[in-house]
Amino acid sequence: MAMKRRALFAAGAGACAGLSAACGSATGRGDGGGGAGPALSHWYHQYGEAGTEQAVKRYAAAYGEADVSVQWRPGNYDQQTAAALLTDAGPDVFEGSPDLDQIQGGQVVDLTDLLDGVKHDFNPAVLAPKTYDGRVWGVPQVIDMQMLYYRKSLLEDAGVRPPATLDELVDAAKELTDSKVKGLFLGNDGGAGVLGGTPLHAAGLELVTAGGEVGFDDPVAARTLAKLHRLYADKSLLLGAPADWPDPSALLQGLTAMQWSGLWALPQVQKELGDDFGVLPFPADGTSGRPAVPVGAYGAVVSARSAHQEAAKAYVKWLWVERTDYQEDFALSYGFHIPARLSLAEKADRLKTGAAADAVRFATEHGHAQPLLWTPAIRTLYQDALNRIIKDGAHPEGELRTVVRKVSSELDRVKNAKKKP
Amino acid sequence: MTGTTGASGTAGTVRRRTLWFWVFVGPFACGLALFTYVPLLWSLALSFFDARNTVAPTDFVGLDNYVQVLRDDAFTDSLWTFLVFTAFIVPTTYVLSLALALMVNRVRRAQAFFRSVFFLPVACSYVVAALIWKMSVFNGVRFGLANTVLDWFGAEPVAWLSTTDPPWYWLVIVTVRLWLQVGFYMVLFLAGLQRIDPVLYEAAAVDGARPGWPVLRHITLPQLRATSVAVVLLLVINAFQAFDEFYNLLSDARGYPPYARPPLVYLYYTALGQGQNLGVGSAGAVVLALVIAVVTVGQARWFRLGAKDE
Repeated sequence: MAMKRRALFAAGAGACAGLSAACGSATGRGDGGGGAGPALSHWYHQYGEAGTEQAVKRYAAAYGEADVSVQWRPGNYDQQTAAALLTDAGPDVFEGSPDLDQIQGGQVVDLTDLLDGVKHDFNPAVLAPKTYDGRVWGVPQVIDMQMLYYRKSLLEDAGVRPPATLDELVDAAKELTDSKVKGLFLGNDGGAGVLGGTPLHAAGLELVTAGGEVGFDDPVAARTLAKLHRLYADKSLLLGAPADWPDPSALLQGLTAMQWSGLWALPQVQKELGDDFGVLPFPADGTSGRPAVPVGAYGAVVSARSAHQEAAKAYVKWLWVERTDYQEDFALSYGFHIPARLSLAEKADRLKTGAAADAVRFATEHGHAQPLLWTPAIRTLYQDALNRIIKDGAHPEGELRTVVRKVSSELDRVKNAKKKP
Repeated sequence: MTGTTGASGTAGTVRRRTLWFWVFVGPFACGLALFTYVPLLWSLALSFFDARNTVAPTDFVGLDNYVQVLRDDAFTDSLWTFLVFTAFIVPTTYVLSLALALMVNRVRRAQAFFRSVFFLPVACSYVVAALIWKMSVFNGVRFGLANTVLDWFGAEPVAWLSTTDPPWYWLVIVTVRLWLQVGFYMVLFLAGLQRIDPVLYEAAAVDGARPGWPVLRHITLPQLRATSVAVVLLLVINAFQAFDEFYNLLSDARGYPPYARPPLVYLYYTALGQGQNLGVGSAGAVVLALVIAVVTVGQARWFRLGAKDE
């Protein structure tokens, strides 16, 4: 009897194992599908602009050496790829910004040799955060940047000129605020999230120095961040708007006179406001300050879990290095981005006039990308502190002292971490 | 299965019963093992390793992850915040749902209607409710519902979710949670109330107890003890597991503000977001599980859960 029960139990356990094996082998990749060569899956995050999905599927279909299937993924994309890299069920190729732990953990493939001979043609500001130890881990696709949009008519009515310094921005925002319209919109959290390190760059500081040390251990940092609290304390900031900063609705609906948003919003703003708007970088602060805008780029990345790494690399080289016609189409035909290739950006007629030309100039002259050493843990630490400075009026010196100490120890950790094979 | 087992005798019956036991219990036990116990033990194991961006770590670090997570102000703050939140939300939900249940129980006509109306929000998803609260009811601009009401009284619009002094965001969080939960616990109390023998109330009336507080205090509440224990237990666990409405009300594309951050939201950003620090995340999860265990066990002792009713 007991024997039999054990046997049944064993059978049950066997069934469990079978079930788990079934879960484990569900790669969702559809190996051996039609078409030539190995099957590759390529992930993109969901672009808002119509036609982008069709375009990337068209590029994939045009590739002859492998059967590439495109996955268009809505939702928290960066979290999805981070989790997918832990399993075999993830993509072979994906767009993303591999962080330092992913590179050191050997989760993504070295793509340095794909850029042989053309490396100089990639915008150095966005190639740098894809580079670690002299090796390239992602091929930059297109550049996105953010800037300050303002309504010319509202500024003229209030007798305010476009702010050239942070102090002028604080005063202008206050001047432009009345019972119906707020002066400035920096996101519903008051700016801690979207501004991030931009005010520090505007103060002439860096997030991380070239030597890998904290770049804002300076009294200037506290002085600049305190001015962001002034904006909040003056009640000049729009807070709790139905659509957050990436969407230009708050500016278009007249809820605010100035708004921080992305380059992607430019076509919509242009369409709705015509000539009644201008764009600015984040204004300089202090004597050593200079204007600043954040730039960033998703790169085409190959997962180390891919069963067809060489095929995936060849495909990335074909699409994101060789096919400049597709790169140009992707950057300029749907949404509004700056091509990551300098040669393409120079050629683009859409970027030569008006606010678009200003944006390109800001990105070239004042662009800062988040350094690779600015890890997610550091980002959270800094953003929490900035949040407390802006909204709670926490003492900037004290907050920054704690942040500098913690950031230093995190920087030490990642600098000492060995890259796993 | 045939009706008679005759020839095969008792051994056959027992074997067949064992077989059917596993046919019915097996899939469930299997699922439980695979999706609950294995991850639980795996997480416990991960908490002793340096597990960044991997679920199969090799670098044993002992208690380092526990030290790190307990030294992180963000985590300990979130635990304290949620002890306070629990101490507030549990009695509030308890009192409100009991009050609703008592009222609905007294209604003579259309009781089913009122019961359904109050229960209906339970069917609403936390995410949807949070978005409605965030974007329509409590948005910060002058045409939000709450600000429109304020405007009638000539008050300035308030940025409900962005204001930390006073912390108006709690009003938003607490109201959405109450709206979503009270109906459910009301139904539990209603079931409890309907099981109380009316004879007790008649006897009390004969003994001269006036309806109202004395009857509630000496008959209704003691009779509801079993229900109350279950309700409070569920409320406490729910409070510590808060995630959905907090995340959807307060997070944005760039993260979560450093206030009203539930432990699970902290762990989400540490372990499952881009952080992918599964070792520290698991250590935090174990600490959180221990806190919940201590609180619920303490509470069960306090209520003498499982003790025989006198």
